[in-house]
Amino acid sequence: MAEDVFKALADPTRRRILDELVERDGQTLFEICTRLVTKHGLGLSRQAISQHLAVLESAGLVLSRRQGRYKFHDLNTEPLERITTRWLRPDAAESAP
Amino acid sequence: MKIHLSSVFVDDQDKALRFYTDVLGFVKKHDVPLGEDRWLTVASPEDPDGTELLLEPSGHPAVKPYKTALVQDGIPATSFAVDDVHAEFNRLRELGVHFTQEPLEMGPVTTAVLDDTCGNLIQIVHSK
Repeated sequence: MAEDVFKALADPTRRRILDELVERDGQTLFEICTRLVTKHGLGLSRQAISQHLAVLESAGLVLSRRQGRYKFHDLNTEPLERITTRWLRPDAAESAP
Repeated sequence: MKIHLSSVFVDDQDKALRFYTDVLGFVKKHDVPLGEDRWLTVASPEDPDGTELLLEPSGHPAVKPYKTALVQDGIPATSFAVDDVHAEFNRLRELGVHFTQEPLEMGPVTTAVLDDTCGNLIQIVHSK
């Protein structure tokens, strides 16, 4: 799990996605794409951004929820807290390398 | 050349006419019976002879999966200009309209995205 978080955070586009979700939870794929292109000049395809979201989701940093016919994405910072406590409080360290 | 007509696929023409006139504020332009369906268009009261919007029946089998996929990803079917997205967002929300994207300022433009209750998302936009 921790490995997935580091992998997810290693990519600048994925960090931008998280930056934008901090500003507002509950974004559609359309809003995320719009924000990346207009605010950061990242003109990626929707498919590419979907794949980035899938990586963030598998690391638990983004949670997607279906609400009726819509699909929204929320930020989840809980995996980050585990990472910080791993070094801040070594006695509570994860067993994973 | 100029844009004369644009269209949205609507699940129910009666319901669509009510939403596009009573809620959004367009005016009915043409209403011609064509068998089961109607040639039903609305226009802006600010430009009654301008571009018409056709409220097109969505009976074709390709339409439903197309609309479903767009709505799931939050992609608007079309976009309308307003004077002030924030004011319009507040007015429409009071009327019970559901937004999938609240007003978002992006440099020179502000946008929001709403559900037209007939299977589509609609973007509203203003430029500074």
